Parts: sequence; structure tokens; C-alpha cells
Amino acid sequence: MFHFNVVTDWIDEFLHTYLLDGWALFIEFVLIGLILLTAYAVLALILIYVERKICAFFQCRLGPTRVGPLGLFQSVADMIKILLKELIKINKVDPLLFRLAAFLVIIASICTFGAIPFDKGLHVIDFNIGVFYLLAISSLGVVGILLAGWSSNNKYTMIGAMRSGAQLISYELSCGLSLMTIIMLSGTMQLSVIVEQQDYAWNIFRGGIPAVIAFVIYLIAGHAETNRGPFDLPEAESELTAGYHTEYSGIQFGFFYLAEYLNMFIIAAIATTLFLGGWMPLHVPGWESFNEVMNYIPPVLWFFGKTFFCVFLALWVRWTMPRLRIDQLLNLEWKILMPLSLLNIIFMALWIIYW
Amino acid sequence: MDPIINLILFTCLGIAMLLLSVFAVSAKSLLRSAVYLLLVLICTAGLYLFLNYHFLAAVQLSVYAGGVLILFIFAIFLTNSKDTLMEKHRLQKYAYGALAFIGGVAVTAFALMKHKFLYATDAGVEGDTEIDMKMIGETLMGTEKYQYLLPFEVLSILLLAAIIGGILIARKR
Repeated sequence: MFHFNVVTDWIDEFLHTYLLDGWALFIEFVLIGLILLTAYAVLALILIYVERKICAFFQCRLGPTRVGPLGLFQSVADMIKILLKELIKINKVDPLLFRLAAFLVIIASICTFGAIPFDKGLHVIDFNIGVFYLLAISSLGVVGILLAGWSSNNKYTMIGAMRSGAQLISYELSCGLSLMTIIMLSGTMQLSVIVEQQDYAWNIFRGGIPAVIAFVIYLIAGHAETNRGPFDLPEAESELTAGYHTEYSGIQFGFFYLAEYLNMFIIAAIATTLFLGGWMPLHVPGWESFNEVMNYIPPVLWFFGKTFFCVFLALWVRWTMPRLRIDQLLNLEWKILMPLSLLNIIFMALWIIYW
Repeated sequence: MDPIINLILFTCLGIAMLLLSVFAVSAKSLLRSAVYLLLVLICTAGLYLFLNYHFLAAVQLSVYAGGVLILFIFAIFLTNSKDTLMEKHRLQKYAYGALAFIGGVAVTAFALMKHKFLYATDAGVEGDTEIDMKMIGETLMGTEKYQYLLPFEVLSILLLAAIIGGILIARKR
């Protein structure tokens, strides 16, 4: 198996042989920051293209075809356009809060993105409390959305922000509870250890029925966390124009847009790491030659393959389901998903003891 | 870590916290104060990270930034209209504030001088080891000496009572 830690260790040694420890560390920090931001932007471009294509196929259209072969450079062109757009000043807004809101949303998203294990060695922060860190830092985004809605000085943005706040806070519960089910199974919160444990059976197979239930609950709740699909009433176009980011223009709107797409990717990546084995190839105990063949596929490809499968599920739901009403949305969380995930935790405890 | 880098990081965090706390109490609109408070709390989480206490940092972020601050913001949304600004304080209040400030500084300085720091005298003691999550969990959930199951449960019952009380007061009749 080819792991990326070969490359990262080599860079680390190379820097340490020529520089003092402090400077080597500093250069590594800068490099990591640059790579993370670039990966963030490039992934967003890919995701926007994928979304537009898949959406088009669901609606029997072709999607973008003009810019480059198969329209591949369409999202690059869109990026250049959004970077060149004017940042419109709105009258009578609180400029500090207005600007800060966009940054809070994207900072929360990038901090979460940094903790995802792409491969052994391609893992920026590996805390002992990995999963908890992911949940904690991603909750900062809600503050950004609420501030955006309030500081835009517009009743539509305000309603959108209130809806979004209520939705995010409530769905965070079943997100956390379904992740807790898996933490019970693996006995640790450190993401690298969780991935290593799934060497011979991914958690979704190892945990049996309760793990499958937790996976489905996590996908639904996570999808609601991204404000998309049937849960997109914070920005329901027909009622609220565009919800909390109506008044934003140029790259400030771009921040919300990027964060939305990357949050979809992050939710899929967390689902992959905790339920589908992260970068671990598919191994079946006893089938030695099959395992050998699977090992030839690099772990990074496994990770992105599984993650894009989860992203595809999210897109599929988004373009086939009609939008919910706000009361249906809150009922789904508080009366169905949350009690179900609480019961599921007990079920998982019984499963671990008696299986 | 290098002591100089340590010092630089600590100074940056400290200055940011001081400035933001002053902004939090002197801001004109209530929502701005809440946001400055949020930034102060994030800096506090940074201090915990600095001490290698990752668990407390994450708790600080998820409880204060993710929970309490959002409650504050919702409360401000629901009670304040957009145009209400803070009323100007009278001179007398400034005097009381200054007195409270001097008192606070005196108490803190006294405590700092009086306290014997463990690591200041003995350079050999390393404070860099991280506390394992498992140990924290077992300490919270154990019933032996120096373990905290009973206080934990009492607190959760207190919270439950508060939640039920809140719902009872707020429900429609």
C-alpha cells in the first residue's frame, strides 16, 4: 500500500536537515496552510461542476457544455467572475458584523476541513478528541449565519437566519448522537485510530444493524446541517429570495457558497471516516488474494471514492425530494430522529455486550 | 516548544483577550458586545489548546460558542429592536466601575503573588503531557474516591429541572 506519510516524512526530514527546528516548523505550517486552502478551493470547484452536471442529468438536461471539453472549465470561469465582482456597500448595516459573518462561516468550515484524515500522513490535526473537535468547531458556523441574517437589515434575511439557526441547532443533536453510537463501538475519538481499527471490517459492517441505523440518521441529519436539498427552507427562493445571504455580493457571497459546498463534502468525509473505513481499502477476512488486489488501489483514491459516493447520495436526495415545511422539518428532528438515535445508542450498547 | 515562541503566542492571545473584553463591555450595540464576547471565549479556548488541554478547548468551543452565545444572540433578536442603543452611563457609575476594577486587579495580584507555582522553581517538570480522554471519562463516571458520578448526576437533574421549568413558563395556555 502506498501511504502519503512517505512524502510528508521526507519533506519533514528535508526541512530539518537544512534549517533550525523553529524555522522548519514555521515553513511546514505555512505549507500546510497553503495546501489546505488550495485543496479547499479546488474541491469546491469540482463539487460545483459535479453538482451542476448531476442536477442536469436528473432533470434530463446536459448541464454546462460550452467552456472547455464537457464544460469542465465552467466553474473556473465562474470563480474568476465572482472574484472580479464589486462588493456592494449596503446602507444602514453594521459593517463590522456584516463582514465578520461571512468570515465566521468559512473559518468554521475550513477548521473542520483541516481535521479530516485523507490518508496516513495526510492528516493535519489528529487530536485525542478528534470527533468532538469536529462537532465543536463546526458549531461556530451557526453564529456566522445568524449574524449574517441580522446585520443585513432585511426581513427576508432575518427570517432565513432564524430558520437556519433553529434547523442547525436541532439537527446537530442527532448528528452528535449518531456519531456517539460509533464512538461507543470503537472506544476512541481519535480519527486516525478509528480508521486503523476498521482494517478488516468497516464500522458499518462491524456494528451491524445499529451502525446502519446510525449511518442513515447521520446522512439525514448531516444533509440538514448543510442547508441543502429538501431541508433548504432557510433559503427557499420562492419565499425568501435567498435567505440569509440575500444582501451579500462578490466574494462575500462566494464565501457562503464555498462553505455550503465544502460542508457537504465535510459531512460526506466524516461519514466515510466513521462508518465506511476512511482511507482503508475493502478487506474481507480470509480472502487473502482479494485483499492483496484491493491494496493496489491507493488509500487516497479509496477515501475520495467513498466520499464522492456519499456526496452523490446527498445530490440524489437534493434533486428528487420536494422541500419540507418548517413544522415538518422540526417534527422530523425532535419527534423521529432524536428519539430514534437515543434508542439506537441503547441498542448499540446491547449489541456490543451480547454480540 | 521553544520558550520564545511560547511567550509570543501567549502575549498575542493575552493582548487579544484584553482588548476584546474591553470592547465587549464598551460596544454600543448589544449584538456587537455578544460577538466580542464570542471572540474572547474563542481566545480562551486558544489558551486551553496552548496548555495542551484539547478536551477543555473543545468543550469551551462547543458549550460557549455553540450553545450559550447562540442563546444570547437569539435572546437579543427576540427582545431588542434594531435601533435600541445602550444608554449613556452617568459619571457616578464610571467611578464605581473604576473601584471594582482596582479591587479585581488587587485580588488577582494578591493571589498571583501568594501562589507557589509548581513549574517556576523546578525546570525539570514537564507540563506538556496530554490528559487522556479515557481518564477524564472514567473520572466523571466513577463512584470511587476522587471520582464524580454523583455531582455529575445532580447537575444533570438540576439542568433537567431548569428545562422543564422553562417549558412550563413558556407554554401556551
